[in-house]
Amino acid sequence: MVKINGELLDKDGKTVSEMLADMEISGQRVAVELNEEIVPKAKYDETVLKDGDHVEVVRFVGGG
Amino acid sequence: MIPTKEEMYAALEERHGKELQKKLNDASVAVCGLGGLGSNIAVALARAGVGRLHILDFDKVDISNLNRQQYFAEQLGMSKTDALYDTLKRIAPYCDIRKDCIKLNEDNIPELLADADIIVEAFDKAEQKAMLVNCVLENMPEKYLVSGSGMAGIAPSNMITTKRVTKRFYICGDGVSDVEDGMGLVSSRVLICAGHQAHAVIRIIAGEFDI
Repeated sequence: MVKINGELLDKDGKTVSEMLADMEISGQRVAVELNEEIVPKAKYDETVLKDGDHVEVVRFVGGG
Repeated sequence: MIPTKEEMYAALEERHGKELQKKLNDASVAVCGLGGLGSNIAVALARAGVGRLHILDFDKVDISNLNRQQYFAEQLGMSKTDALYDTLKRIAPYCDIRKDCIKLNEDNIPELLADADIIVEAFDKAEQKAMLVNCVLENMPEKYLVSGSGMAGIAPSNMITTKRVTKRFYICGDGVSDVEDGMGLVSSRVLICAGHQAHAVIRIIAGEFDI
């Protein structure tokens, strides 16, 4: 199980890109932290989540 | 009659204490985007006596900005960097202010923001926010970063919070109120988010990292 924004979800073996697609989130409007480290955008397709990982998906919305 | 540098510093010390004022005076903060968030954040930091401010924006002051941004009607058409520079100098004449009228991108961010201890993301568009945050986190891991996301409309004040995502990355806002969903930006709520961001910066400068 992977902890995503505090919630345990069955995303083991999925890439960051696949996780975002499951969450229906655009990769252009997020920052993703995996175990306290930023995941570079260029690595979303190849970074695979594994059991015990902690993921923070920060979503940006417009306005400022 | 403008007070002397020493008089202004003494007035700040009296309110904030010697130790904190020294930290504020020694700090260098870059504010990226000078709209409703950035212009208000920069004003708060200048008033607090932050020693070095770097303000960056590519845009001009527009009539649609006056409902929430720290500009004056007679400044319409001026670049935001020039207009805000003038205002900040009226508040804090001895603050070391650098201004860059430029659009930030992944290529120029690392060099432009190299001198800042703390970087404030205060853009308007979600994609630009994400671009700056990712660029700083990927390329400048030693920087503190304070971002804002979700402050449109008139939803309750208390939805707006400060979160510490990782050790050096903070995000303020409600995370959901998107300007694209209809309701525009309202001065009071934008100010709340700007206040959260400015206060996160001041706490980082003070060495208080909890939220």
